[in-house]
Amino acid sequence: MNAATTPLPTTPRPRSNNSTALRWFKRNRRAMSALVILIIMLTIFTIINPRVFTNPITYRSIFISLPISLFVVVPMVFIVASGEIDLSFPATAGITSWVFAAAMRDGWDPFAALIPALFLGVIVGVFVGTLVTYVGLSSLVATLGMNFLMRGIINMGTEGVAIQFPQMRETFMWQMFVGRIEDFPWMRGFPVHMIWGILFVLLGWVLFNRHKFGTQVQIVGDNPDSATEMGINVKRVKIRAYVFMGIGAACAGVLSVLINQNWWPTTGDGLLLPTLAAVFVGGTPTWGGIGTVIGSAFGGGIIASIETGIIAAGLTGYVTQFFNGLVIILSLIGHRFNGPRYR
Amino acid sequence: MTQRLVELKEITKSFGNVNALTRVTMHIDKAEIVGLIGDNGAGKSTLIKILSGVHSPDSGEIRVRGKQVEGRWTVEKAHSAGIETVHQDRALAVQHTIQRNIFMGREITGFLGLIRVKKQYEEAERLMREIGFTSKVFTPDSVVATLSGGERQGVAIARALYFEAELLVLDEPTTALSLTETQKVYSFMLAAKDKGSSVLFISHNIFHAYDIADRFVILDRGTVVMSANKSEIESAERLVQYMKDFAHAGHSHEVKP
Repeated sequence: MNAATTPLPTTPRPRSNNSTALRWFKRNRRAMSALVILIIMLTIFTIINPRVFTNPITYRSIFISLPISLFVVVPMVFIVASGEIDLSFPATAGITSWVFAAAMRDGWDPFAALIPALFLGVIVGVFVGTLVTYVGLSSLVATLGMNFLMRGIINMGTEGVAIQFPQMRETFMWQMFVGRIEDFPWMRGFPVHMIWGILFVLLGWVLFNRHKFGTQVQIVGDNPDSATEMGINVKRVKIRAYVFMGIGAACAGVLSVLINQNWWPTTGDGLLLPTLAAVFVGGTPTWGGIGTVIGSAFGGGIIASIETGIIAAGLTGYVTQFFNGLVIILSLIGHRFNGPRYR
Repeated sequence: MTQRLVELKEITKSFGNVNALTRVTMHIDKAEIVGLIGDNGAGKSTLIKILSGVHSPDSGEIRVRGKQVEGRWTVEKAHSAGIETVHQDRALAVQHTIQRNIFMGREITGFLGLIRVKKQYEEAERLMREIGFTSKVFTPDSVVATLSGGERQGVAIARALYFEAELLVLDEPTTALSLTETQKVYSFMLAAKDKGSSVLFISHNIFHAYDIADRFVILDRGTVVMSANKSEIESAERLVQYMKDFAHAGHSHEVKP
């Protein structure tokens, strides 16, 4: 870090340390290394199977599943940066999208049905956040318990019955959030929800890096005692992070219902491990205080590409998990040697 | 007559079974430097945490410029009363930039709560020049973890100065500092006094404290056992002697200077 700001010594060096671009790279080194990992991985896949990985349709299929995970990956960066963890968001996504699906089944307008779903996401966030802060439970265990608890409520309430929406494609909401772009020739077939996913990542970036909320989340995670001494309400900041997570999970759940035109009692269940992997592969460290929204979005891209890549490379699905693990370990090693660790 | 800036009356604070402070009454006048001294466990840091609003007293009252504070005493209230504290642990987030640390909890925000990063950068830069961060190695965007102990202390003091403290509270400001850095901290304190601000500081080094303070408050086992102007005490050695006397005396034996 020092090197970036050290004034030029008397003997000129081949590379200017004061270069704005270099400084920018150093400041965003975590996000950049996630991007490098993504590029390396896609390059390897392309070398193995050039035909598939130069075809835009391959990326389109990645972009169909990626946005759902982006809606939980971004808030997870906030949670991890605040020094906590959340394992309850899969069930939050399930229970909020259940409310959405049930309201629609009962004839609500989709946009009206979105309101109670988001509201429930906020409530769950406040509740989980309160357990972690005011009640003082370990976030690892408390959120694990909440995940089982909420999934249990879903199972008891539905007894395993799914809710289907055969007419979903006709709704305006479907067109708006999950349709395909038809009007622009060069983007034809591009899934609309990927655009929403990118917008959400940008919103997350602004909140994390340029807004009081994200800044205080990071300070609280870096040193809660210092934050308290400077008048930051540590508990309130952490609860806000959980509320953001609840809203993100609700969006992810609703999006998955829209994409699948179906709500299952297991909706959201598969999100847990890929989301955590994406956050850490993307360069957000486990120890709290810092994080990278953009990097973790790249992390989401990495995780989402692995399975497609493996199938396209002609390997069987049986090796997917092995490659997942390999990519996670190698990325962490990459991040470890890229930049200092201050705590 | 000198004007009372902050008064603490009958302040009591306990943590579980431990009585950290018992009916502490003291005051700080305008434009004076008060040295708070006492042994380990005397309650100095608790007193400072109460002054800074980190802890709220169990009982007793706090008066700022003669007016009693209403409701729960918080860091925000202390800040708006003009009380700035440099805590013993410096209260820094070391993975973050100098700029973020200076504005920690009081970010300069504009539209929709967005932080005015450029403005913060400029203010931090000006402040760093003012307090003598002459080395060009560090910019407001340098990460605090890369700074030395003295420089970190500088950031903590810069923060207190930025918000124009009327009462600057310093918890062991010179611990682990080099001689020149210590001199620098003392010159900040004297400069603050010249500008009409007051300073309350804790020091383990009684000789240093004697040099700079106008008045001394000695705490022992959670109570104020002595409050005396410098003119009433002949020398730093006498001050040390008082401290020793208190250490051997019980609570009932108050030693008068």
